[in-house]
Amino acid sequence: MNNMNITAAQYVTDMDGNNTAIQATIDGIEMSVPLDPANRHYAEILKQVAAGTLTIQEAT
Amino acid sequence: MSKQTELVGLARTTNLDEVNAAYSAGALSNRNLIINGAMQVAQRGTSVSSTFSNYLVDRFTTSTTMTTYTYSQSTDAPSGFSNSSKVEVTTAEVAAASDFMSFVYNLEGQDLQRLAKGTASAESVTVSFWVKSNVTGTYILEFDDNDNSRNINKSYTVDVSGDWEYKTITFEGDTSGVFDNDNQLSGLLRWFWDAGTNFTTGTLATSWEATNNVNRATGITGTFGDTIGNYFQITGVQLEVGDTATPFEHRSYGQELALCQRYYERHNATATGVRMAAGNANGANSLTTIFPFLTPKRATPTLSYNNIVARQGGSNTTISSANVIGKSDAGLTADLLTATTIVTGGGYHIRASSSSSYIELDSEL
Repeated sequence: MNNMNITAAQYVTDMDGNNTAIQATIDGIEMSVPLDPANRHYAEILKQVAAGTLTIQEAT
Repeated sequence: MSKQTELVGLARTTNLDEVNAAYSAGALSNRNLIINGAMQVAQRGTSVSSTFSNYLVDRFTTSTTMTTYTYSQSTDAPSGFSNSSKVEVTTAEVAAASDFMSFVYNLEGQDLQRLAKGTASAESVTVSFWVKSNVTGTYILEFDDNDNSRNINKSYTVDVSGDWEYKTITFEGDTSGVFDNDNQLSGLLRWFWDAGTNFTTGTLATSWEATNNVNRATGITGTFGDTIGNYFQITGVQLEVGDTATPFEHRSYGQELALCQRYYERHNATATGVRMAAGNANGANSLTTIFPFLTPKRATPTLSYNNIVARQGGSNTTISSANVIGKSDAGLTADLLTATTIVTGGGYHIRASSSSSYIELDSEL
């Protein structure tokens, strides 16, 4: 029963090209979200992806 | 033995008996499982306007699907308290079937083990709080078990418009569903202030049951969201083991702040030029940076910031984005990406470029 306003999400990578975090805009604020299932922002991103309401863009 | 010594000895015996009795009934200190129940700590600021769920006063979040509201830390509070959380409607909206508006406190599983939930020895818990609203009527408080999708819900009434009222609610122990013993979300206290028919058309779950939405807010009569200016204030929140509400367990501001910082901390610069972190260039556009924690974090935090630059040799470099790498108990490591090329291998410090600069580390539940 959460309601987080996530308007953008994109993976960022380390120098080896591994995804290490997600750059996201949540409630209008840019954030770096760790790939930690215990992190509430990451959990919500995964939830919205599963619901089909959000897509995480690949790193550029 | 002198008369005086005998009397002192008797008095001491009596006091120890009382202490033992109190100890048998529950802990003498750290009774309150709620952090910041007196709403003193508000690191994020003192007011926010939103249509989404938001933390403002530390550890307490709105949880809503409807209306626009202002959530503030108020200095209006009952005697013995200095603050309350206040939520006020700024755009009127009648709850649709799937809508709800609520106020939530989230608990880690490892902090709920004393409840012995899911065992034959399951303990009752009692919630006490002060509430003030201009909307009288019946409202619902829920104790939710997130690990096992179970909940118990009790009603209370706001009897008088615009006056502080003290409420106590006891939730019986649950012999089903053990709380996970970890650092993740297990229990929630949810104050329903408004709810659509998806939550109100069953029978209120006054005993623990598998979550069935229609039983979660049945009987609620307050329609909080439908009028601009409707408000709810709450403070003095205590959750304790047992079926009796004891007086609110006050802690110092410093104690509450340190407890809150396990979940969130904000470093405000207060002046331009303040040094906020330090790093080293690990590439032409990347600074490996350590953001020290004031308190070890529950989980790897989300990093956000405002108006910071990297500085070396008297020159500022704009930070374009951040990439969280990981945490230790001492701090968060992140690569800060710069808009322009920097000297690889060079040391930098992260500096406030305005008096409103800040760094946020968010590990909330």
